[in-house]
Amino acid sequence: MATLNAYLLVGAVLFVCGVICMATKRNGIGVLMGVELVLNGANVNFVAFSKFTSLGLDGQVFSLFIIVLAAAEAAVALAIALNFYNNHLTIDVDRGNKLKG
Amino acid sequence: MTETGELLRNLLMTAWLLPLAGFVVEIFFGFGLFSKNPRHSKGAAWCAVGCIGTGFVCSLIALLVWVNKTGGHDTYEADKGVEKGWMSVIADHNHGLHPHGDGEHAEHSEHEDGDKDHAAGGEQGHEAEGDTDSHDDKDAHAKPHNEEASIEGGEWQLASVTAEESEEHSETEDSRSAAEFPTAFSGRLYTLGEFGSLIVSLDYYIDSLTIVMFAMVTLIATCIHLFAIGYMSDELTDDYVDHFAHTSDGKHVHRPGRFYRFFAFLSLFCFSMLGLVLAGNIFQVFVFWELVGICSFLLIGFYTERKSASDAANKAFIMNRVGDFGFLIGLMVLWTYFGTFNFADINDEGQVTGGLFSMISRSTEGEDLGNVRVDEDGAVLITSPEGEVLQDADGNNRTIPYALLVVAGLGVFGGCIGKSAQFPLQTWLPDAMEGPTPVSALVHSATMVAAGVYLTGRFYPMFTAEVLLTIAYIGGITLFVAATIAIVATDIKKVLAYSTISQLGYMMLGLGVFGWAAGLLHLITHAFFKSLMFLCSGSVIHGCHHEQEMPKMGGLLKKMPITAICMLIGVLAIAGCPLFLGLHFSGYHSKDAIVASALAFSEKNPGHFLLFALPLITAGITSFYMFRLWFMTFWGKPRDQHVYDHAHESPWIMCVPLLILAPFAWLCAYGGDQGDLYVMLTKDAPAHIENGVTAVGDGVVLPEIQEMYNQHEAAGLWALTSAGIGFVLAFALYGMNLVNLDEMKKNLGAAHGFLANKWHFDDLYDGLFMRPAHKVAAFCAWVDRTIFDTTLHFLARLMVIIAQWDRIFDEKVVDGFVNLIASATGDFGERLRVFQTGRVRQYVMFIVVGVVILFAVVFSTFPG
Repeated sequence: MATLNAYLLVGAVLFVCGVICMATKRNGIGVLMGVELVLNGANVNFVAFSKFTSLGLDGQVFSLFIIVLAAAEAAVALAIALNFYNNHLTIDVDRGNKLKG
Repeated sequence: MTETGELLRNLLMTAWLLPLAGFVVEIFFGFGLFSKNPRHSKGAAWCAVGCIGTGFVCSLIALLVWVNKTGGHDTYEADKGVEKGWMSVIADHNHGLHPHGDGEHAEHSEHEDGDKDHAAGGEQGHEAEGDTDSHDDKDAHAKPHNEEASIEGGEWQLASVTAEESEEHSETEDSRSAAEFPTAFSGRLYTLGEFGSLIVSLDYYIDSLTIVMFAMVTLIATCIHLFAIGYMSDELTDDYVDHFAHTSDGKHVHRPGRFYRFFAFLSLFCFSMLGLVLAGNIFQVFVFWELVGICSFLLIGFYTERKSASDAANKAFIMNRVGDFGFLIGLMVLWTYFGTFNFADINDEGQVTGGLFSMISRSTEGEDLGNVRVDEDGAVLITSPEGEVLQDADGNNRTIPYALLVVAGLGVFGGCIGKSAQFPLQTWLPDAMEGPTPVSALVHSATMVAAGVYLTGRFYPMFTAEVLLTIAYIGGITLFVAATIAIVATDIKKVLAYSTISQLGYMMLGLGVFGWAAGLLHLITHAFFKSLMFLCSGSVIHGCHHEQEMPKMGGLLKKMPITAICMLIGVLAIAGCPLFLGLHFSGYHSKDAIVASALAFSEKNPGHFLLFALPLITAGITSFYMFRLWFMTFWGKPRDQHVYDHAHESPWIMCVPLLILAPFAWLCAYGGDQGDLYVMLTKDAPAHIENGVTAVGDGVVLPEIQEMYNQHEAAGLWALTSAGIGFVLAFALYGMNLVNLDEMKKNLGAAHGFLANKWHFDDLYDGLFMRPAHKVAAFCAWVDRTIFDTTLHFLARLMVIIAQWDRIFDEKVVDGFVNLIASATGDFGERLRVFQTGRVRQYVMFIVVGVVILFAVVFSTFPG
């Protein structure tokens, strides 16, 4: 029987992978994938806590919210990516530095 | 009689208000409404003539109604007591009215049915009804005198008529106060404002004096309006060249014609003058007094570009203010002690219920006959119309100190001195001749200056013997001084101006020596012949192309016969010439009446002999200077051929008014003291003049009216002799040139200079008031420049220095602090910019590093 720590380890690995993916990928889609990893890392933690602690169904409901939110976020982000491509003929996020102060 | 009252009020109000409407139309629309070429339009003039002409028609109807009503009753009243006769008249006319009183109402409606019977039944019926009504009156008398009630009730009033024949009077104390106002209507037109117990309102007061004045003013004004259409016609142009005014580069002033404006001012003047005459309270008189003053100012200064004209306008206005100051003081005293400005409140039954005239009552018998009633301390009692002493809130008798009653009288007379150009304020009137001649005729000889005399006559019941003596002496000095100056004046209008002052002096003297009707008769006759003479002089000036100097005229009789004959009529009238089978000239009657009054007065008071001598001598002087004027202008050979050659008779529109006025100037006083005008005036004479006034202490005796009548023969002879001498002298000097005038002038140089300089009055005032005023002004200017200006400059400089310091503080400290905060914030932001790279991946790294640091900090801080 897997322990809570095992689940948390998987969540942490997923999270770190996601963050590294976000920080290193210059491709916008790659960054998006990193974001998904980070979110799912957190989801694993919620589900694990709901199973092993008194959190109960709340943790699972919360993870469902996150999945829905991730889907919505992906839709918006892909639309941004398309527009970004239309304007820059690339989706290299480093090219989009208009927010430079 | 009630219908009559309403009719009279409406007629006179129409005559009064039409000129105001005319003024509004002329001043706002007169320029351009009537024609395409506005400066050439006579529309405004015809509008003014229409207004005043209609006013004259209204006044004439009012006069006829008045004569008809009052004249008709005299005949059957004569054999009855005053009270009954008076009451019967009331009963006769009172039933159409709805009395506001409670008790009387029922009684009156009972009578109403019987009224027609009474009318048919004749005298008997009247008498019977008169008796019943007099009961009502006693009831009314018993009620406490209530001023406010009387005001409410007095929306319009009823006249009472009394026979004026003194022999037939058997008067009781009660009827005495009623006889105080034999024939008068009064009432309220409009309440302007109420300030506590002070009510400022427009009232009317109609008695025979009002009616006569209305007829006189409107007739003369109509004639003068017509005359002015011709006289002012050179203003009908877009480019009027004023030959008497120069611009700074020495050229004549060019300006647009101001024809319409002249007539607008004339209309406004007529409105003001008629309002003054119609006024029912002394405050309203004051308001219209000032209005005629401002009209006079506007008209004297009509040629405003001429410095002499604007100076003269200022002079007239300021001199009048001096007199009006006295007027104001009088008003204050009256208000303080009497609490009302109304002349007389008359209720629906024709009874006097209050008002100034009834608040001073006079003894009707005994040693102090005719004097005001006083209490044991010498204070004058304030009484109700029934002769009962009024009480104040504490139950004490209301009184006014005798001295203050004198002050009130002198104060009001002070206003009259200013307005009527009496000594010592007479100097403005000759200067006022700067105005156009029709103005001189209307405003400065016939009507406005007579307002002072009118007010003196109107306010007569309030004057004590001391005030009357002052009036007499002021008049005496004025008439003599002005007449002597007129001898040497060479400007035709100036001669007439001084003559006006002199004649006004006559009126004042007449009033002052108790010749009430004589003074006012002279006011009327003088208005006619003086306006006639002024218009004639205007015609001469117009005909001679604005030449006013008599030494350049002469022989104009052939050139302008109508003017010359009309002027001769005026001259004969003012000289007091009896002529033509009893058709004496009006001046003969009026001047005779005044001299007779003066003679009766001086016989009673030998110490005041001057008051008879002055008018007698001046009658001769008057005759002399008036014939001098006529001979110099119209007689003999032309002195200046150029003027003579260009002289011409005036157009018809200027001659017609002369021809209208001439018969009035000749015959308006027809019959003298038996004539219609005189009898009508005496109907409303203040009650106490009939029996005279006996002396109190060292005071003067004022003669009773019968004594004046007795002097007429003697006085007439004296005055005629005096005038005859004047005429002979004038004829010898100026008609036949018996004496070389230049030689004479040289021999009498000192006297001539003295008179030609107007008794040095102008120099005296110059030295007394002008120069000291200039000195004071110079001193004030010096104080202003040195002390005040220095202080101000010092303060200003101090402020500048303080301001400079303040600026430094502001710039360095306040601004510095604010700038410091701003620049610090700016620097901080500049530093933060570094982190805002715009790279998403970098941001992620920041977040990661931030989270790690956060964890590290949290775990190291809370290790447990």
